[in-house]
Amino acid sequence: MERATGMSDFARSWTRAGSPRAMAMQLSRTRREFLRDAAHLALGGALLSKSPLVRGEAAQKRRKMIVITFGGGARDQETFAPEGQHNIPNMLSQMAPQSSFFTHVTNDGILGHYVATASLTTGSYETLNNFSAVPPEHPTVFEYFRKDLRRPATDAWVVAPSNGFNRIGESDSRSYGQGLGAAVILPKHLLAAATPGSTVDVDHLLRDNYENPLYTPQLSGNPFDLEQLENVLRLSVSDFLSHARTLSSPDELSVYIAKRLMEREAPSLLWITMHDIDVAHSGAYSLYVDGIRRTDRLCAELWQAVQANPEYAGKTTMFILPDFGRDSDYDAGGNGFQHHRTGDVASRTTWMMALGAGVREGVVYDQPVQSIDLVPSLGAMMGFSAAQSAGKPIRELV
Amino acid sequence: MQPRDLQAEQFGKYPPQARQVAAAHLQLLRQLPIGFLPSLLRQVKEYDFKFPAERASIDRELTCLSALSAPQLAEWFKGFEALKISPALERFDWVNAPSQFVEQQSAYLWSTHQLDAFRDTATAYGARLRGDTPTEPLPMRRLGIAVIGQEVASYDEELFHNLRPHGTYFHQIRPEGGLDLLLGAVAERAKQSPQPYAHWYVDGGESAAVETPGVTRVSYKSLEGTRTALLNFMQEQIQKPGMGPEELRTRLAELEPRDAGMDAAADPVLSRFELKLLTEGSGTQIFSTTFAQWTAREALRRAQPLTLLVRFAPRQRQRPMNELLANTQTDAAADLIGSLVDADMGAYYHWINQQRLDGANEAVFIAWFEGHNQAIAVGPTLARGVQSGSAMDLGQLMKFAMG
Repeated sequence: MERATGMSDFARSWTRAGSPRAMAMQLSRTRREFLRDAAHLALGGALLSKSPLVRGEAAQKRRKMIVITFGGGARDQETFAPEGQHNIPNMLSQMAPQSSFFTHVTNDGILGHYVATASLTTGSYETLNNFSAVPPEHPTVFEYFRKDLRRPATDAWVVAPSNGFNRIGESDSRSYGQGLGAAVILPKHLLAAATPGSTVDVDHLLRDNYENPLYTPQLSGNPFDLEQLENVLRLSVSDFLSHARTLSSPDELSVYIAKRLMEREAPSLLWITMHDIDVAHSGAYSLYVDGIRRTDRLCAELWQAVQANPEYAGKTTMFILPDFGRDSDYDAGGNGFQHHRTGDVASRTTWMMALGAGVREGVVYDQPVQSIDLVPSLGAMMGFSAAQSAGKPIRELV
Repeated sequence: MQPRDLQAEQFGKYPPQARQVAAAHLQLLRQLPIGFLPSLLRQVKEYDFKFPAERASIDRELTCLSALSAPQLAEWFKGFEALKISPALERFDWVNAPSQFVEQQSAYLWSTHQLDAFRDTATAYGARLRGDTPTEPLPMRRLGIAVIGQEVASYDEELFHNLRPHGTYFHQIRPEGGLDLLLGAVAERAKQSPQPYAHWYVDGGESAAVETPGVTRVSYKSLEGTRTALLNFMQEQIQKPGMGPEELRTRLAELEPRDAGMDAAADPVLSRFELKLLTEGSGTQIFSTTFAQWTAREALRRAQPLTLLVRFAPRQRQRPMNELLANTQTDAAADLIGSLVDADMGAYYHWINQQRLDGANEAVFIAWFEGHNQAIAVGPTLARGVQSGSAMDLGQLMKFAMG
């Protein structure tokens, strides 16, 4: 009998491309071909290199940015590869044709959700403990934005999934840091606070950290509390609870809060971290795919909310990107979709969709960018300097 | 401490056979880099509780490395030698706690951007080792069987989507007596090639009553008491002040089967295996489909069975994680369709993991939608990406697939 050497026919088809870089390029080409066929997007290299961004101080002042992390961690074959298309009907048919789509986004940092999201917000690969509620080391986009543009605290917000993300709004950088960050809303924390003693009918909205489900880090800093729920969001505890009971997942709760925030505060910089997909860590594939379908629907809901809100319509740029991917089915060190532990190409290579004001519509860009390039790009678009970021502005966006 | 300072007495806390293995290869161990050695010691330390295939693999690796000259060793391990290790890791008791060292090393490699280099180095080492170590020919073709969709009355979506390009899809299977026929075939193979841990039956629910002598059995139901004991243990631990994820993992790794209420008279190798399924697997404690998939993966990776039949059972529906972990039975209704989707993917992973083993190009794999007429068979004599309307029962399909 022929002896396998760790790579039989099935794996050869995957590894045919050779080096990790070649495999990443193959992934990105697959995304491009699919989007060209399914969503009729054009290849960006054939177009003008400069973005259609409306420049000028007045335009920048009015501009709003919303970043959604499509989390936590989704692979191509369940999203933008041909076999995943049925899981993302909204993004594919409604949003992709309006977007500039970047097919090759790499994350070279630590693939844990808090540390990776923190890296996205700072534009530097953070090395903090993923399971500790500690602030990022480098200044966040919220600090750059508020300090450089002299914006008030009410103009930058984060809606985040779990207690571990409570410190993501503000770094401990000496030159930025305290008082210059974004307020962080943890909808699940609010819900738990609103239901002291019994959470029976909203338990399904309180699922926390799937990477390490036994731990809910203790809150530190100044968490957004029930009093602010009433003062800032004009939402009574009873109304909040009544609405929460109609929802089916933590991310639905986050989107509800985000939309309320848009209506009441209309922040110029809003960062929403989705997390339902990370149920994949439980090993149940059906729940992982359900999470992707729900997140697809929620992204579309948010985009529709932007169009329906006069404060946002026509002047908002929305970015959607997974914080990273998940392990390949073929990496022997992992267990496929379940985790993101191997650091293989599938877990490090993902995509980004940019749509709205200043973004060219219906274009696919193949050239590699890094996830840490997002913050400098936001800076170039909004007029602040991400001085300590290790990334660089994405040419096609600025 | 550096590997060159190793002494035989430092392995005094290892189980007897592991201690012997370490002592017999002390000279070799002293020459290996610290970026690699704890990974090897993690295997050696568990030697007494390893499956025969794992012991043979450790023996082959040590024999192969012992035959290398010093310059050859240096050349083989230059990639590991180049990895930077923190002073804290160097001070760590990696002889007695190699698993914890490897976990901390992994975190360090991530944070210092050395993980990709480690991956490349480890992959190259594994390939080189496989190329330099002879293996015995298999006594029979490897066979994998996945039985999915228990209790599902009907399902209109496409099944076996990922497997279809690799094999023949059958849509006129006669389902009557299917499970008994498959289990009978497994028992027959165990009779033909009776080796310890070479033939397995894993059930995500309760094991079928049919006798299968010579077949290693693991089931979710039979571990119910262990699962409850472990969930209680974890709940107790996380209430303790200062307890963090790493500390909890260390405590779980230190558990012995008897700590989790397992039968003291049971097979110690299998008991350890079962305990690790629950302490190292993610989701195995709460979802039976995850348990079945992970058990298949670990059985293939570790025991390398000639035959592995995995039957998936309905899992409980999703509930809040704290409720699942607390193991409260307020509403444990099953999610039948979700379980089928999980199991369909689990069958695909079963096949992938089987194909990582020796004899992959001769191996056969069958997946069947339990109680229904759909199945897929993958093997060297079967056409790929085609359908067959031939009417046959599971026994006939098995014979057909095995050529």
